[in-house]
Formats: sequence, structure tokens, C-alpha cells
Amino acid sequence: MKLLIKRGTLISPDQKKIFSADVLIADGKIAVLGNNLETDGAVIIDADGKLVLPGLIDLHAHLREPGFEDSETIAAGTMAAARGGFTSLACMPNTNPVADNSSVINYILNKARQEGRVNVFPIGAITVGSKGEELAEMAGLKEAGAVAFSDDGRCVSNAVIMFRAMQYARMIDMPVIAHCEDTSLSAQGSMHEGYYSTLLGLKGIPAAAEEVIIARDLILAKETGCRLHIAHVSTAGSVQLIRQAKAWGLKVTAEATPHHFTLTDREVTGYNTNTKVNPPLRTQEDLDAVRQGLRDGTIDVIATDHAPHAREKKEVEYENAPFGISGLETAVGLVWTELVNTGILSPLDAVEKMTINPARILGISKGVLAEGADADLTVIDPARTEKVDPARFVSKGRNTPFAGRTLTGIPVLTIVGGKIVFEYAGRVFSKTT
Amino acid sequence: MVQKKNLIGLEHIDAHEIELILDTAVAMKEIVSRPVRKVPTLRGRTITNLFYEPSTRTRTSFELAAKFLNADVINISSSASSVVKGESLKDTVRTIEAMGTDVVIIRHPMAGAANLLTGWIEASVVNAGDGAHEHPTQGLLDLFTVREKKGVLNGLKIVIVGDILHSRVARSDIWGFLKMGASVSVCGPATMMPVGVERTGAAVSCSIDEAIKDADVIIMLRIQLERQKAGLFPSLREYARLFGLNSERLSLAKRDALVMHPGPMNRGIEISGEVADSLQSVINEQVTNGVAVRMAVLYLLAGGGDA
Ligand SMILES: [Zn+2]
Repeated sequence: MKLLIKRGTLISPDQKKIFSADVLIADGKIAVLGNNLETDGAVIIDADGKLVLPGLIDLHAHLREPGFEDSETIAAGTMAAARGGFTSLACMPNTNPVADNSSVINYILNKARQEGRVNVFPIGAITVGSKGEELAEMAGLKEAGAVAFSDDGRCVSNAVIMFRAMQYARMIDMPVIAHCEDTSLSAQGSMHEGYYSTLLGLKGIPAAAEEVIIARDLILAKETGCRLHIAHVSTAGSVQLIRQAKAWGLKVTAEATPHHFTLTDREVTGYNTNTKVNPPLRTQEDLDAVRQGLRDGTIDVIATDHAPHAREKKEVEYENAPFGISGLETAVGLVWTELVNTGILSPLDAVEKMTINPARILGISKGVLAEGADADLTVIDPARTEKVDPARFVSKGRNTPFAGRTLTGIPVLTIVGGKIVFEYAGRVFSKTT
Repeated sequence: MVQKKNLIGLEHIDAHEIELILDTAVAMKEIVSRPVRKVPTLRGRTITNLFYEPSTRTRTSFELAAKFLNADVINISSSASSVVKGESLKDTVRTIEAMGTDVVIIRHPMAGAANLLTGWIEASVVNAGDGAHEHPTQGLLDLFTVREKKGVLNGLKIVIVGDILHSRVARSDIWGFLKMGASVSVCGPATMMPVGVERTGAAVSCSIDEAIKDADVIIMLRIQLERQKAGLFPSLREYARLFGLNSERLSLAKRDALVMHPGPMNRGIEISGEVADSLQSVINEQVTNGVAVRMAVLYLLAGGGDA
């Protein structure tokens, strides 16, 4: 089947340019980019007024399968990705069993091939069971298809284990994705430690819990030469540490989530458990620093940290609720509304942080809009406005603090390998065959 | 108050609502002092005490308040079967509501538990203490006691001493006294001072001698002995030396300063026996006033009719 996307505005972060062109897709690849293309037998999509991007990549998602299928499955999670405009995602290994051996990686890849709507790139665990005690067979994980290592959800608390993991990852040229949290400082905490935790009487997680481990891991990265990626940066101090490390020339990259650049700890007032996330929502000052870090390039990637949970798990006391926000289906709208439309990021910069940058970190040949590239494409309608309605989520997790929020800039078409995997309901395109 | 159906905390109620509760409590205290302490005001109403944390004092106080107003009282404590079976809070309260109750009084070890209930049930909810969040009826009885003794609240200097970080009493007292025009200082070890507490409007000090200078009211908080094991202070002896209230220290406050304590006291640690039993101590009156204030709250939430 051929697809011809006409009159769209193309954003190519690889070439750092925005231009008008038609895109002809054939055999799962981008066949031709050019003006006034005509071809027989293609489905023609009129993308006038829309942005055509290389397919978005989420570097940090939790698909919950195997083990927690009541919260999410590979089928539902990748459908949510498609609805959110993502054509690829990397999934964290904190499943049950943990993806610390090649059989779990194989299971995920097989399941994704059978039921997945988008490309799935599994991340392997750093340590066995993500317990932080002994190294997982990292080379074996790489051979099975893992694209990075992380014990996300947990911090590798023992410094010497982290040191060896980085040495080993460097040897096999793989990135390590660090969840930075000193658990002696964060223990039993369920929100940011600050004025609002004081008002609400909830035990706080201080900014220092994140910053001391980021500082440690940056020093270890310097010693080992490992490619280190810092997950979900949430504090002003963290942004400053990473900025400094980059100035020193370290191979460090970092990501921020839509919730950390949009919401503050004030949202927790009322004990809405959908605001419970790890790292927690921080202060306005931290939020501003994260935005500044995105603007000046200190933060390379926007990732969702999609963490869906079954409804009843969140309908409990705040301290009993699990951490996490179901993020795939609101990410693009939040990026556009909060960062692009406010002038913090140009459309090109925003697309870069959701395509080519995560692709380079993971070492995958995605995120490029060029002839011969995989036909993974995302089309965004920058003028379309929509209210977030969790009831319409296709993810099994409807846990979002953004319900009712109006977003502008909505993904309307997602193409993976030349096939349409999501199309916005309602008349968006004029289409002919 | 009249337009509200729940009492979750003093943070979100107005000075005039507090005033109404205190005025109502005056009438209730008069009922308590009668030889036959029973009025038919809440006859036919059902009040449920749902206690996920043991507190004989608070539960008994609410129970007496309800009984003096002739309501039917159901007590469900953490030893009750549904709770130990691991049923969720939501399922438990839905069941209680299905059996018919007008007011649910909840004590829970986790902050926000009372707020959650308001979204799940139609019955009125009274927070009887949720984690380190609030304990509004304790705050109200403190306000009531001070107003009764001093005649006013406006312009008084109130000092709260102890483990502010974990204290729901402190939070309710801070909001309540500030709203009524008093000044509030909090004092305690730096390790037990919550971040940003000064943004409530309370002054912060780590020196009790400084804090209680010219105070009209000193509220001493109970120190949980296990906090020492958690490393929040080095020893009970040092705590008592730095933050305990003894007669010598008390003389730094105004001559007629009131000494209060939500109980139960650790005599010789946060408060000396001498001070606890002194004429300035109103600790026992706080207990009596607790019943009157809780009667007022139940009446205003569930009464609906005329007094
Ligand atoms: Zn994480």
C-alpha cells in the first residue's frame, strides 16, 4: 500500500529544518520527499496546516507486561503510544519477572511483534531482579535486543555496583539510564518535601534525594567513560549538576517528563493520588529550572515515564497509592501547549527532543525524515484544541492529573512502517484513494 | 459551617465558622454540666466512629458527645473484621454507608484519609485525626479552652512546643489561632520542624526560652519516644533539657500564661509533673471541653434543626 501525504509542513530535526513537501510512502519506507508529487494507487492524505514529523520516540515507558497486565499490556500500551503520536518506545524492565535475562526480552519482543501497534525497544535491567546486588548478564541482554540498561523504579544504591555496571556498559557500548534517588532520604515519602507536604502532613521526598545520586553518578560516569542518561530530572539542583557535567565534557544526557515541566507540588492539595509520582512534582522554582534546562539543551529528551495503574490501585490513601501517571496520550499536547506555544521551545527543538535525541541515545535508526528511512511518521495538528478526557484513553491506566485540562496541538495521524496505526476520530484530513 | 457538611481541617474553614462552633460549644458545655446530661437533639441519627488507629481518649470523647445528644453510636475499630481482612478503605466506608449512617468520624494513620471519604460517601465526615495532617476538633477545643479562660483570642501570643513535623494538633492549632487573630510561634528541634512552616504565618524558633517569652498560652506536644530511635534527637534526656517545660522556664512566660497539652503526657520529658499539676495548667479542662466542642460539631453537621 502507498500513502501520499500532501501539503504538510515537514520538520526534520536531523537536518535542522522546516519545509513544505509531500511525502510518498511505499513498502514501509519513505520513498520520495518532494513537491507536487503524484502517484497512482496511493491513499492521499491532505495535511495542509498540519506538521509532519519523524515518528516520535518515547525513551521511558512502562508497559507492565509481563506480570502486571491488570495495569497495562503491550497491546494497550502501544495503542496508547500510537494515539499519543509515538511510533517507537523503549520500555522499562521493572516487570514481573524483571527483564534481567534474555528470555524476558525475547518475550517482550515477540509479544510486541504480535500485538504491538508501534515499535518496542526493551530496556534490560542493570542488576538481577533490579535488586542492586549483582550485575545482570548485560551482554546477553544486548544480544537479545535490549537497547539500554536501567533499574528504573529503583536506584542502584550501592556505589560500587553502579560503578561496575557503568564500566561493563562502557565495554559493550551501551547506555545506562539512571533512576536517581537516595532511598535513605526519600524513605516513606510520597510527595515533594516543602511547604505543601507540611500543610498536608505527608512525608516529603527532599530534592536532595535526587541530587546526591545524580552527583554520584556523574562522578562515576566521569571515571568510567560510560554513556549515562539521567531519567526524569525534577529539581533545579539536578539541572544545574547536569549542566556543569556537560560543561566538563561528560557523555551525559538527561530527560524531563511533561508532568515535571507542567505541574508543581501544589497540585497535591486535596490528596488526588493521580498527582503521586516518583520523582514527585516539585516547586515552581524547580519547574522553571526544568523548562530552562530544556530550552538551553541541558535536558536532551522529553520522555513520558508512562506509568499506568489499574484504577483501584489509585483509589486508596495517598501514602498507599503507587507512584505514576499514565502519560503517553497527553504528552504531545502538553509539549505543544506548555513549551512550544509559550515560546520556550521552537517546534524544531521540541521535535528533536522527542525523535532524533532519544534515537541517538538508544542507538536505533529512527527519528529521521529522509528518503529511504523507515516510514514512521507523526502528524500533529498544531491548531487543534482538546480537553483531556481519561475515559477516552486507550491505555489501561487512566491515572492522570491532567483530566479536564485543555491542550492545543494534538497528534492526528500516526504511521508505523508505512501503515496507519492511529487516526484522529472526526474529520481531520480530506482523503482520496 | 452551616453550608458545609464535613469537618476535615481548620485550614479551610473561616473565622466566623469557627466562632459559630465555639459559641455553640458554650451551650453544649452547659448541657454537660447538668445533672441529667441528655438532650434529644440527634435522636434517630446514627454516628459511626471509624478508628483505624487506637485512641481511647478521642473515641470516647466523640462517643460521649454523640450519646449526650441522643444519637445512636457505632464503633468500628481496627480490630473489626472488615479492616483486618485488608478490605480497602473505600469498600469499608461504602458498606458503612449502606447500613445507614449520618456522620462518619474517622481516625486514620494516613494523611488525607478523611478527604478521601468526602468523595466517596454522602454522609458527613468528621476528621478525628489523619496522619500528620489535622485534628480539627482538638484544635477547636484548644481554641475554646483559651477563649474561655482569657475571654478573647485576638491578640494573644500562642506558643506550640515539640515535634511540629509529625503533629496534626500543631497544624490545626496553627490555622485555628491564626484565623482568630492570635499570633502563633512554633518551637522544636530543627529535625522536627517541617519545611516551610513559616509560610503558614507562624513564627519559628528552636529555642524554647526565646519562644515562650511573654507567651499567653503554651501548648506542649507529646513526644513519641520512638522518634529517638529514628534519629530525630539524640536522647530523651537532651530533649527534656532543651525543650521540656519546667517551672523555671514557665516563669519566662506571662505570669498568667496557660499551659496546655493534648495528652497523654510524658511527665518529666516534655513537661514536668510540677507544671502539669500547677494552677496554670488547664490540661484536665481541655478534656471536658473536648466533649462540648464535639457535641457542637455533631449538632451543626447532623442536627439541622433548632437548638
Ligand atoms: Zn524512575
